[in-house]
Amino acid sequence: MKTQYEKYYVPEQSHWPIVGAVALFLIAVGSGLAVMQTAKQQGGIGFYVLILGIAVLLYMLFGWFKNVIDESQGGLYSAQMDRSFRQGMAWFIFSEVMFFMAFFGALFYARTFAVPWLGGDSNNAMTNEVLWPSFEAVWPLLNTPGGDETKAMGWQGLPLINTIILLTSSITLHCAHTAMEHGKRTQLKTMLALTIALGAIFLVLQGEEYVHAYQDLGLTLDSGIYGNTFFLLTGFHGMHVTLGTILLFVVFVRILKGHFSEEKHFAFQAAAWYWHFVDVVWLCLFVFVYVL
Amino acid sequence: MTTIAESHHHHHAPTGIKRWLFTTNHKDIGTLYLLFALLMFLTGGAMALVIRAELFQPGLQFVEPHFFNQMTTVHGLIMVFGAVMPAFTGLANWMIPMMIGAPDMALPRMNNWSFWILPFAFFILLMSLFMEGGGPAFGWTFYAPLSTTYSNDNTALFVFAVHIMGISSIMGAINVIVTIVNMRAPGMTYMKLPLFVWTWLITAFLLIAVMPVLAGAVTMVLTDKYFGTDFFNAAGGGDPVMFQHIFWFFGHPEVYIMILPAFGVISTIIPTFSRKKLFGYASMVYATASIAFLSFIVWAHHMFTTGMPLAGELFFMYSTMLISVPTGVKVFNWVATMWRGSISFEVPMLFSIAFIVLFTLGGFSGLMLAITPVDFQYHDTYFVVAHFHYVLVTGAVFSIMAGAYYWLPKWTGNMYHIGLAKAHFWLSLISVNILFFPMHFVGLAGMPRRIPDYALQFADFNALISIGGFAFGLSQLLFVAVVYKCAKGGQKVPAKVWDGAEGLEWEVDSPAPYHTFSEPPEVK
Repeated sequence: MKTQYEKYYVPEQSHWPIVGAVALFLIAVGSGLAVMQTAKQQGGIGFYVLILGIAVLLYMLFGWFKNVIDESQGGLYSAQMDRSFRQGMAWFIFSEVMFFMAFFGALFYARTFAVPWLGGDSNNAMTNEVLWPSFEAVWPLLNTPGGDETKAMGWQGLPLINTIILLTSSITLHCAHTAMEHGKRTQLKTMLALTIALGAIFLVLQGEEYVHAYQDLGLTLDSGIYGNTFFLLTGFHGMHVTLGTILLFVVFVRILKGHFSEEKHFAFQAAAWYWHFVDVVWLCLFVFVYVL
Repeated sequence: MTTIAESHHHHHAPTGIKRWLFTTNHKDIGTLYLLFALLMFLTGGAMALVIRAELFQPGLQFVEPHFFNQMTTVHGLIMVFGAVMPAFTGLANWMIPMMIGAPDMALPRMNNWSFWILPFAFFILLMSLFMEGGGPAFGWTFYAPLSTTYSNDNTALFVFAVHIMGISSIMGAINVIVTIVNMRAPGMTYMKLPLFVWTWLITAFLLIAVMPVLAGAVTMVLTDKYFGTDFFNAAGGGDPVMFQHIFWFFGHPEVYIMILPAFGVISTIIPTFSRKKLFGYASMVYATASIAFLSFIVWAHHMFTTGMPLAGELFFMYSTMLISVPTGVKVFNWVATMWRGSISFEVPMLFSIAFIVLFTLGGFSGLMLAITPVDFQYHDTYFVVAHFHYVLVTGAVFSIMAGAYYWLPKWTGNMYHIGLAKAHFWLSLISVNILFFPMHFVGLAGMPRRIPDYALQFADFNALISIGGFAFGLSQLLFVAVVYKCAKGGQKVPAKVWDGAEGLEWEVDSPAPYHTFSEPPEVK
């Protein structure tokens, strides 16, 4: 008996990847030049190249995704193709986890080793004595050895509200997923819209927190290792929330257009996975950056 | 073993430049990767020759020290990210779908994107060499504060070039994993996978795990240099040693990323020309996985002299020495495969045997470096340079050459000029040892690495090393000639080019048709 196999769809030639490569080239050169020119406080073409690169990238994303969505709606994708997409997304999220690991690693190293050692811990009594004898190792590090001062960000106010918001959004998104699987489109739309709204509110509040940090606390990107880790961790998380919100919004528009079915909804699934991942990162942030 | 799949030519190979720019075909993309890697190999090689010309004699002859530093830095970056890694990705693209009976890579368009990012990334890196202030000059490891406080203004370009190289590697690795997990022909169970596929599966996992950490490291360098953060500056509560921890957490798995696929290639070639099955297939798989696991817990052996608690030094010494166990399993398995085989010495086999001997030598010097108190003496000397060039040149690069000579007839349909290829092998083998072996001696005697000048007592050895270097560099032009001639034409070869070869790739015509296995073959 010969088993029948669904054909795996191998796309024809496509110009989108090379457009994407040019976009990344422009973004890399543009960012590089922009950073260099900002540091030297001189104008230059850097920002324009960067903006052009982002524009080309957006053009590529629209074109490529339109292509893929058309193919998907045209029924070209088999169950095996669906698995490829799912596995690809899962590994992409794993790579994102490792990216955050680098910054969490920096935070843990600074808290466990670098700062106590500067304060004379372990066998580093002379380090403290010779370099900065008056330095005291405490976390959060509000007075750096170099003499910068700042105030700590508490966890009770906005951060706690934001935690509740993101946790709620994960629940609403889960409800949306259940609705999708049972074909309840109205509930799906409501729950997804709610999730997107919660994501947007989170971002606004996070912006407010940054203003508070800069204006009231004097907590800035360059106020020592505490400020460094605080802003890079929450900043990269915020960028990921932004991306996740955009992904969910695109999926929402597709749902309004009547895309997806009970069984086939990879794009929804991918955006949902991404959202839950971003949520987990926030929980780690809340515990290790704010509370502890 | 298998039924031959009909190759449906439902769309023919497009022609002209568009074929290469817009391609979604794993063979085209594999070819692009391999040719790009060859170009970068020659570029990075030319920089190595600048280094060796300067070091031929003591004193400063040809280049300024700052330019010398740029050469050592960019030579390293190009060889790691531009030559060895893309060459293995090229082999993966060409061979993995054919070896597992898949119609193509799982995500063909993303595959094209992964490749075309690379030329742009290296254009940025090379461009910075010609800008005012020069290119990166802090070593390929870009230790802080060399890359932060003391680097030139163009460092941002280096940072973003590394970022997009990383994006390329991660997408390429995701493609490889998904292809292997999801696209195997029915019956191709995990323990039937060719070893090259297994080693790449594990390599791809390593890539996805550590390339993002590299992205994190360059990001912190960027903010430290341009935005006033103090990750690597003690005055702000950071620590320059922290840079080394983050970098080597990426860097050590990275060196296995460059050698695991090499193990796969050698494990494919040795059985073919010994006309025996690979000895200890399962132990090879487990050894590869163990090496990958260990690669995550040994990183600080690169930093024995930079300041670490004693417990750390001991832990990283022992965990590092543990790696020699699975690696030893592999070497013994290769030798056991050859034991009482009917061996013939075709060009790929010559390179493979040279690999086993010389890679093992590099492994032994690695074991010496793993011993903490001994490393205090060897650290940052030419002994280290000798060690990693033995594992990377006579290891990784020789395996890539072996793979190229093994599969080139399958790719082109023509046999290459065997005389020229053998000349390439013997010239490379002799010159590479003249090049790298004396480095052990000057290193043990205390010559530091990454300097344009040296004490007089090292002069004779350095002259010899430089002669070996130029001989090795020029010998590679023979490889270019062999590949060019082979692509142009030559004696036609049958589907099964080597009589002892096994695997699905030998069931399809030579040259391999543009599309293979639109219907999955049956694997028994």
